Amino acid sequence: MDQAHPKNQKNLISSQDMSATDIKRLFQIARIFSPEVKQGKTLPLLRGKTLVNLFFESSTRTRTSFELAIRKLEGSALNFVSIGSSLQKGETLIDTAKNLEAMGPHGLIVRHSSAGSPLILANSLKIPIINAGDGFHEHPTQGLLDAYTIQEKLGTLEKKRIVILGDIAHSRVARSNIHILKKLGASIAVCGPPSLLPPHPEALGVDFSFRPESLMPDADVVIALRVQLERQNRMQIPSLSEYSRFWGLSRERARLLKKEALLLHPGPVNRGIEIDSEVMEDPRSVILDQVFNGIVIRMAVLAELCNPFELAQWLEKRGQNV
Amino acid sequence: MSEFMSILIQGGLIIDPSQDYCQEGDLLIEEGKILALDRPGQIPCTRASQVIQAQGKWVVPGLIDAHVHLREPGLEYKETIATGTRAARAGGFTSVACMANTQPVNDNAYVTAFIREKAKATASCRVFPVGAVTKGLKGEELAEIGGMIEAGAQAISDDGMPVMNSYLMRKAMDYAKAFGVAVISHAEDANLVGQGVMNESALSNELGLRGNPAAAEEILVAREIALCRLTGARVHLAHISSKVALEHIVRAKEAGLPVTAEASPHHLILTEETLRSFQTNFKMAPPLRTEEDVEALQKAVSEKWIDLIATDHAPHGITEKAVEFDQAAFGIIGLQTAVPLTLKLVEQGILSPLRWVECLSMNPARLLNLPYGTLQKGREADITLIHPEWEWKFTADQILSKSQNTPFLDWNLKGAAIATLVGGKLLDHSPPPRRNHSELLRGFYSVETSKR
Repeated sequence: MDQAHPKNQKNLISSQDMSATDIKRLFQIARIFSPEVKQGKTLPLLRGKTLVNLFFESSTRTRTSFELAIRKLEGSALNFVSIGSSLQKGETLIDTAKNLEAMGPHGLIVRHSSAGSPLILANSLKIPIINAGDGFHEHPTQGLLDAYTIQEKLGTLEKKRIVILGDIAHSRVARSNIHILKKLGASIAVCGPPSLLPPHPEALGVDFSFRPESLMPDADVVIALRVQLERQNRMQIPSLSEYSRFWGLSRERARLLKKEALLLHPGPVNRGIEIDSEVMEDPRSVILDQVFNGIVIRMAVLAELCNPFELAQWLEKRGQNV
Repeated sequence: MSEFMSILIQGGLIIDPSQDYCQEGDLLIEEGKILALDRPGQIPCTRASQVIQAQGKWVVPGLIDAHVHLREPGLEYKETIATGTRAARAGGFTSVACMANTQPVNDNAYVTAFIREKAKATASCRVFPVGAVTKGLKGEELAEIGGMIEAGAQAISDDGMPVMNSYLMRKAMDYAKAFGVAVISHAEDANLVGQGVMNESALSNELGLRGNPAAAEEILVAREIALCRLTGARVHLAHISSKVALEHIVRAKEAGLPVTAEASPHHLILTEETLRSFQTNFKMAPPLRTEEDVEALQKAVSEKWIDLIATDHAPHGITEKAVEFDQAAFGIIGLQTAVPLTLKLVEQGILSPLRWVECLSMNPARLLNLPYGTLQKGREADITLIHPEWEWKFTADQILSKSQNTPFLDWNLKGAAIATLVGGKLLDHSPPPRRNHSELLRGFYSVETSKR
């Protein structure tokens, strides 16, 4: 095994590693990037840099979002998709990553079905590692973009009531959401079938309920999670239709919400299962805003981690004090 | 001159729970057997061809590890009988019992005999095979238990692959009674463990790792106790890790059932908090649990609810550990670190030196029906010398095992086995342990040993 390298660069492995100040700074940067990107401009903050999307688990949405973020910063993106475990390939995880590192990229964006894999890589590689989702552990950029979207719409997260609905136990999105939203002052309740709630929900510092109805009237935001069909263990819920009947964001349940409440979903949505089709079209739904914000938040993360000096200069030139 | 030298070990603290002996004394060995044990100075030096000065050291019956994986035959890339027993010897063990999950599985007399023969030719300490309970460890039909015992197996176990069929386990216990051997159970309900890779807790939830609840251990421990009550067979519960399982063991022992239990050094000192690093050398089965479990285990060893300490030495190659946490193999090597890690409990006042020797020598001997684990006159001279104060650092180049999967690498340790005698022979550590260890041995031989 490798000795740990003295590290002089930052990684984004877990949202727990970020302070509220770090998070707010990223939001500010994203807010500066946002109008430029909307006007179709690119920013030269990763010019000459190559970032690798190292995906050990299939993902279209997150990978595309990272790829666009890299391109809008004028960097080049290399996709390295390798489904399955390193064991099946006869190469260790660290060998795979060291081979890639030897090719000289400026950062690795890692998605893996096994929790902890980005940390294992960060401990043996010198370049920045960005966690794009590891097992049930964390998906920090999703957590950031969700919080950014809510803050954009509601102005603040202080004292906002946020309900996360669905398969909490197997959701990395829920974990990252909880850590980030709590740091920004929100109060959180999780809800789902008890067989899909984590064994000790109270330890996450959240309220929980087994039935959604009572949580709806006070909610400022509902984040409905994807029911993980691909990971669904048949023994955990009787059927998808039963899930939908008791925990889906139906018209009836949406009617219990405040008029100004927000509906989020990390995508891709199983229409008619965790959210009714009609509710998707509800004006309170901000699902497409999340998609756009995902790009600018990831741009902020990449510029900050992979080219911090360039970013600082660029901000200074624009008179932006971040 | 006889083939064996006569050796006098002088002035050490002799600790032998089988005779309730714990005081300074001299020990005389002749023809590989213990000839005399007496107060200091009572045995004249002239009777011995070699004198070992053992002032400040502990002289204890050779340590016995009732639970190791030597991987031979079939998995020699992880460990061989030669390398595993060299590590054992360096760690102070004079006997080890090796589990049946080799390839082929030790589920018949031929494999048992092979292990015995290979040990005779290559081993640095005594090796006692543990036969499988079921053919191929598949949990479907009984292995040829009688044949294996005739060939030298000293217990039976499907370690690593709990026998989930209660009817079959009951029959195994019934059958084992004919041969007087203990049935060793790796007690975890495999269905409830599922794909769990660490203790199920608030922490497993935070880390996003699949949990293995203590209830999985509790359920199978309770079942083995029920079957023990039903059959009257000797049942040994391997590597107990949880407080909830201990509560069942306490009740079974209070009821007088022939149940014994074991704990491993890592479960006695490490908690699940170590998993925050996602380092795969903290991944084991059963998993590391909470502070509360560790405290309960330590207390249980001291109060004799847990009978013995065994390492569950489980070597794995780098390609099985330098991988994703979910994919990594379970288990760690433990033979060279068991003494210092468990001596911590003595230093903390949790175990008396006598109790420590009971757990690492006398009780494992009893579990395995071995005539060792004692310094009684006339017995084979299997003896370990312990330096309880020796401070050293456990570094990679000291590892004698073929595998390096240990979470204790670069730990500063206190206490070491400095010499082991098997059948009266002060065996060379070949190659000898290096660094501090060899310096110590050099000093031991050249300064304190005089040949006559």
